[in-house]
Amino acid sequence: MLRELSEYIGVSGGEQSIREFIKEQIKNDVDEMIEDAYGNLIVRKGNVTSPRILLTAHMDEVGFIIVGIEKSGLLRFATIGIAPQVLYAKRVVIGKKAVPGVIGHKPVHQTKNEETEKLSETKDLFIDIGVSSKEEAKKHVDIGELGTFFTEFREIGDIIFGKAFDDRIGCYMLMQVLKKTDVPLHCAFTVQEEAGLRGARIAAYRVNPHVAIAVDATASGEWPEEKDVPLYPEIGKGPVITIADRSLICDKELVALLEKTAQKHAIPYQFKKPMIGGTDAGAIHLTRQGVRAVAMQTPARYIHSPLAIANKKDIKAGIKLLTHSLENIVQEEAQWS
Amino acid sequence: MELAKRLCDTYGPAGREGAVRALIKAEIKDYCADIAVDRLGNLIAHIPAKRKNAEKIMLCAHMDEIGLIVTHVDKKGFLRFTNIGGIFTERILYERVIFESGVIGVIGVETKPETPKQPRMDNMFIDIGAKNRDEAEAMVRIGDIAAFSQSAMVLKKRLLAKALDDRIGCYCLIETMRKVKSHNDDLYFVFTVQEEVGLRGARTGAYAIAPTYALAIDVTDTGDTPESSKMAVSIGNGVAIKVKDSGFISNPVVKEKLVRYAQEANIPYQLEILEHGTTDAAMIQVVKQGVLSGVLSIPTRYIHSTNELCDISDIDATVQLLLQVCKKGLSPS
Repeated sequence: MLRELSEYIGVSGGEQSIREFIKEQIKNDVDEMIEDAYGNLIVRKGNVTSPRILLTAHMDEVGFIIVGIEKSGLLRFATIGIAPQVLYAKRVVIGKKAVPGVIGHKPVHQTKNEETEKLSETKDLFIDIGVSSKEEAKKHVDIGELGTFFTEFREIGDIIFGKAFDDRIGCYMLMQVLKKTDVPLHCAFTVQEEAGLRGARIAAYRVNPHVAIAVDATASGEWPEEKDVPLYPEIGKGPVITIADRSLICDKELVALLEKTAQKHAIPYQFKKPMIGGTDAGAIHLTRQGVRAVAMQTPARYIHSPLAIANKKDIKAGIKLLTHSLENIVQEEAQWS
Repeated sequence: MELAKRLCDTYGPAGREGAVRALIKAEIKDYCADIAVDRLGNLIAHIPAKRKNAEKIMLCAHMDEIGLIVTHVDKKGFLRFTNIGGIFTERILYERVIFESGVIGVIGVETKPETPKQPRMDNMFIDIGAKNRDEAEAMVRIGDIAAFSQSAMVLKKRLLAKALDDRIGCYCLIETMRKVKSHNDDLYFVFTVQEEVGLRGARTGAYAIAPTYALAIDVTDTGDTPESSKMAVSIGNGVAIKVKDSGFISNPVVKEKLVRYAQEANIPYQLEILEHGTTDAAMIQVVKQGVLSGVLSIPTRYIHSTNELCDISDIDATVQLLLQVCKKGLSPS
C-alpha cells in the first residue's frame, strides 16, 4: 500500500485521485465518511463522546502548476512547495492524463561559465513534453494543470524510496490506526497543507476536537555540519515528537504523554529540532476556542524533492505509539489542567 | 510595586506560562468567583454584569514573554538555541538566562574574525557551566525554553525589569480587578498565552467569549531617548491610547470614548501611533463577526531587551482609565 500511496499524484488543490484511493481502502474500517466542500476526507470511527480526538494527515504533496505554454511547445511552470535547486533535469508527470515530461534547461555546452556557477531559478527552467509547437502541446496539457515528479517506489529491506512521503506516510499511519484502534475518534485526510495548512483549519472547525495529533513527515537532519552540533532526527531511530515549530508550541501534556507512552512500551522516539517548519497542528490548535495539539512525524531524508528515503521501522513504531497514546489520552485528558 | 516586580521576575516564555498563571490566579481569587483556564492556557476571569442586556467587555494582557529554545547540546556542553518571539541578538549578549527547572546560564558568542559584528543566533550559545554534553544533558534538554533572569527594581519613579512586556499589562488588570467598585457590563479579564509567537491565545480566548468590546493592555515604544526614532510617545506622560499600529487600527468610537474618559477624569494620556509591532487586539478584532477593539499602552523603553523601563505614573493612569471603562462601559452614547 505504501507504493500506491507514494505513486498517486495529488498536488495541493488536486487531491481527487489519492482521496478516492484512501476512501476505498478504509471504507470498512469507519462508521462515517464525509468529503467536505474543500476536499478533506473526514472520517469517524466509533461513538465519539469525550474527549473528541482528531488525527490528521495531509493527502497533498509538493509539485508545480503549468502557467504558460511557449510557441515552441515548452511549458512554463510555478512551484508549489519545491525549492528550485531540486528541479533541474528531473522527470515529471502532468495532469489527469499523466503526460510525461522532463524539466528542461539550457545544455551545458551553451551555458556561460558564470551561469553554471549560479543555482537555477524556476524562471530559467521549463518542462519539455517532447512536442514542437504550442498547438501540439495544448492537445496534452493545459494551463492550470498540476504535476509533480515521476518517481517509482522502491524498497530494500526496511528502507523505502519514493516521492510524496510527506505526507502519504502519515496517511498510511492513520489508515493503519483506524484498523487497529478501538478508541472512538475522528481522522481527517486533509488537503492543501503544503499551500498553507488550509484544509486542516476547516476540518478542525467541523470536528471541533479537544485534542489533535497531526501525523506528518519531517526532514531528517543527517547532513554533515561543520560545527560541533549533533545531527538529528535520523531515519531508523523512531518517530519524531515536536516540542515547538514555526506553527505552534505543542501542548505540554500531549508531548509528555507521547514520551511516557513510548517509554512504557519501549518504542524508540526522538525530538524534532525546535522551531523548524510547520504542520496541520498549527492551524488546528487555533480553531474555535482552542485545541490541545501536537505533531508526530516520521523522519525522511530529502522530502520536498523527487526522492525521499524513509525507514519502515519508524512507520511501524509510529503506528504503535499512536495507538497506545490514544488509549492514554482517553484515560488522562480529563485530569489535564 | 511589589506585585509588579514579582510578575516581571516570574519565568514565563510563550508556551510556558504556568508559573505566571499560578501567580495571577492566586492574586485575583479574592476578587472573582469565576476563573477558568482554557485548553491553550489562557486564564479567564469573569465578573458578571449587574444588569440585564449587558455588553461583554474583554480586557486582556498577555502573560508570556520572549525566550530562547534549546536546539542542540554540543560535545563541550554548550547549548545552541533559537528564538521564541522577537529576539534581537545585540540586546541579549552576555545576559543571564534561566530555565523552567531553575538552571541558570549566560549567553556567549563565537569570536572568530569571520563572526558577523552583529552575531546571528547560530553564532551564539548558552553556557550553563557544564563540563561536557553528558553533564549538560542532565540539566537541560532539547526543546527546553529559557527566559531572561534580571530582577526587577524601582529607579526613583520608574520600574526597570525584564518582561514588562507584558506583565505590566497583567498588573494593570489585577489592580483594576482589585479596585473596581461599580460596573454595569459583563467583564472578562483575560490573561492570554503565546502573544509573542503570533497573538495565538487571544484568538481562541476571544472566540470562546465572543465579546462586543475588547481592550488589549500592552506596552508600546517611545521616542524619548537620545537620537531615537521619532515617535510621539514618552514615558511619564500618561497612558497611551492607541490610534494605530502596524497590524491594527483602533475602532474610532472606542478610541474617542477612551480619550473622553481620560479627559473627564483628568487622567494623563497621550495618543499612540506605533509603526512596528502590534498587540492581541489585532487578532481579537477579527474573531467571529468582529470585535470593537482598542488598546491602552504603557509607554516602555528598551522593549524586547533584558531591561525594560517604564514610569509608575503611567501604570497608575492606565489603571485609572480601566476603572473608568469598567464603570461606564464602551457603548456609544
